[in-house]
Amino acid sequence: MGSYESELNLKATELRLGLPGSDEPEKRSCSVRSNKRSSRESSVEESRCKSNVNSDDSTTTSDHDQESVQPAKVQVVGWPPIRSYRKNSLQQKKVEGDGSGIYVKVSMAGAPYLRKIDLKVYKSYPELLMALQTLFKCTFGEYSEREGYNGSEYAPTYEDKDGDWMLVGDVPWNMFVSSCKRLRIIKGSEAKGLGCL
Amino acid sequence: MNYFPDEVIEHIFDYVVSHRDRNALSLVCKSWYRIERFTRQRVFIGNCYSITPERLIQRFPGLKSLTLKGKPHFADFSLVPYDWGGFLCPWIEALAKSRVGLEELRLKRMVVSDESLELLSRSFTHFKSLVLVSCEGFTTDGLAAIAANCRFLRELDLQENEVEDHKGQWLSCFPDSCTSLVSLNFACLKGEVSLGALERLVARSPNLKSLKLNRSVPLDALQRIMMRAPQLADLGIGSFVHDPDSEAYIRLKNTILKCKSITSLSGFLEVAPHCLAAIYPICPNLTSLNLSYAAGIQGSELIKLIRHCGKLQRLWIMDCIGDKGLGVVAMTCKDLQELRVFPSAPYGNPAAVTEKGLVAISMGCPKLHSLLYFCHQMTNAALITVAKNCPNFIRFRLCILEALKPDPDTLEPLDEGFGAIVQSCRRLRRLSLSGQLTDQVFLYIGMYAEQLEMLSIAFAGESDKGMLYVLNGCKKLRKLEIRDCPFGNMALLTDVGKYETMRSLWMSSCEVTVGACKLLAKKMPRLNVEIFNENEQEDCSLEDGQRVEKMYLYRTLAGKRKDAPEYVWTL
Repeated sequence: MGSYESELNLKATELRLGLPGSDEPEKRSCSVRSNKRSSRESSVEESRCKSNVNSDDSTTTSDHDQESVQPAKVQVVGWPPIRSYRKNSLQQKKVEGDGSGIYVKVSMAGAPYLRKIDLKVYKSYPELLMALQTLFKCTFGEYSEREGYNGSEYAPTYEDKDGDWMLVGDVPWNMFVSSCKRLRIIKGSEAKGLGCL
Repeated sequence: MNYFPDEVIEHIFDYVVSHRDRNALSLVCKSWYRIERFTRQRVFIGNCYSITPERLIQRFPGLKSLTLKGKPHFADFSLVPYDWGGFLCPWIEALAKSRVGLEELRLKRMVVSDESLELLSRSFTHFKSLVLVSCEGFTTDGLAAIAANCRFLRELDLQENEVEDHKGQWLSCFPDSCTSLVSLNFACLKGEVSLGALERLVARSPNLKSLKLNRSVPLDALQRIMMRAPQLADLGIGSFVHDPDSEAYIRLKNTILKCKSITSLSGFLEVAPHCLAAIYPICPNLTSLNLSYAAGIQGSELIKLIRHCGKLQRLWIMDCIGDKGLGVVAMTCKDLQELRVFPSAPYGNPAAVTEKGLVAISMGCPKLHSLLYFCHQMTNAALITVAKNCPNFIRFRLCILEALKPDPDTLEPLDEGFGAIVQSCRRLRRLSLSGQLTDQVFLYIGMYAEQLEMLSIAFAGESDKGMLYVLNGCKKLRKLEIRDCPFGNMALLTDVGKYETMRSLWMSSCEVTVGACKLLAKKMPRLNVEIFNENEQEDCSLEDGQRVEKMYLYRTLAGKRKDAPEYVWTL
């Protein structure tokens, strides 16, 4: 079984602890697999990861120039090699929003159904208010410490840990996020009462 | 030829513990074979289909500890269809029938039913230890049986199993008389456990050294548990979320200060980053840290934490640590021996790790011998540097997330880089390749990887020569698994005798045909050559010229197995 040894060209395969290409040019091996592949049935080809597949190109090219080799971007079964248990665990976390997503119900008087939003997605009041206004197609107007949302058609309120209904915007953002149990958009007329407190 | 009476030889054999040494002893002469078989207590079966349980029991009647592995490794990545095999049942039935006093059972990638767990729990009075890794097929009812019936249970260790939750309060099934627990790991369970039962169990288990909780156990329960078990050495935290200003959190901080014996920490399945500071006091004692499931910890917090962990020997983390974070690891963890960096998103996260992180580690951690590294890219230069800095690798598993990716700097394949690794690391036993690779890398592996026992190849090589270099060169090869490579019949059939020196060979999406597999099976009766025919079209008789999608062959003394599903054809 020594046949492969006779095939060795030792100089060409000499290992150097230096950067590749710093010696005489070595034999550049073709980085694309042989033509054998293209003779296969298409159904088999689809399930394989080919060196020249990308999302909008389904035909095998015969161009074997190294530069045109595109690493596969197609989702291949079992790649990358992550244990299913771990993969499932990761996906679960994504669904939950990294395990600490804070979903709260949002209701609005007169709306046929409630919505749910993830407070973790927003970094500040303006972002949240913008999202709420978009979601429910309403406007809140300017917030002021003194007047609340006085003068606007609607106002955002929330129920805190103690069960009290509070005006959104009074406390620091992080404190709000950790104490908010649900949101409710009330009509400006109701808000007037709150703003005066 | 024995100059000593049997009892003396037995006594000497007692000191010989490793399976390989024991196997070697048994081959010396008939007399030693006989003595060895009656004194053997621990047996390791790497492939449950390589031998029948009856034959095993017959040879080793004194068996106390059995390790069994079932499905092939690539089953982890969904490449092995459901119900392929690996059933525990026949083993438990055979062991229960015999007079074997089983005390320990360790299973990996097996299908374990509730019935077999129930049978196990009732059949062996001195059963002490059950370790299940990557198994499936059981529910919390099976666990309840173990808890209720194994009166001297010391260890119940469940790692990454798919367990159905039947909400039966299995943990409450440990009787009050059970006080022998040393290790309890239920981190992989998805359901809730009775917190009261858990606390009482911990309170009456003075020998409890290792406890790994699942995410249903909240922080305040954790605090109470830790109060009861200051002797814990290995802790897996479930949920670590709390308001940092609360009483509960302050109590936890104080309790943690008392747990000076914790050297291994894992879990954080749910975590609020602002709570992490509570564990800084125990970090300097840690030798093992597994945060690979702690998706809630961002890179910056991870780095802050690691700065306190100067004694780490084993570190499992996610790639959100980034190259910079690995630089911090390299500076802080001078004793690091094993590192695993997992991807935080299956297709990579752009802020993840590259070759730079690995190079930094290799420079700072010369004792590194085991690596599993998922990254975006790798260069030959980096691998060559790593090879120079860390000649002690025993396990080197590199996964470049994008299959077939070449060296981004030179656009060359990674043959030279991996070549440097095998040439420098003479003790390398396990290697996983990735990236763009030609036949050349296999030439290097065949030439230099003399101690290599397990090789995993994907999307690599150009011709049969590649596979032949490996089969010819790696004399100690035991497991070879190949997917999506252009290796075909010539490579498969050139040295058929080789496969009897190996545990198994897996080839999927390669170029081997049915005809070649049939020929191999014919020549080698002591191999089971299985091909999986997953085509929905039944009645498709396998024509010789047809390409085989999946083939798994393994040496066996048990002949063709009787529990194979329809799509498995043993040739």
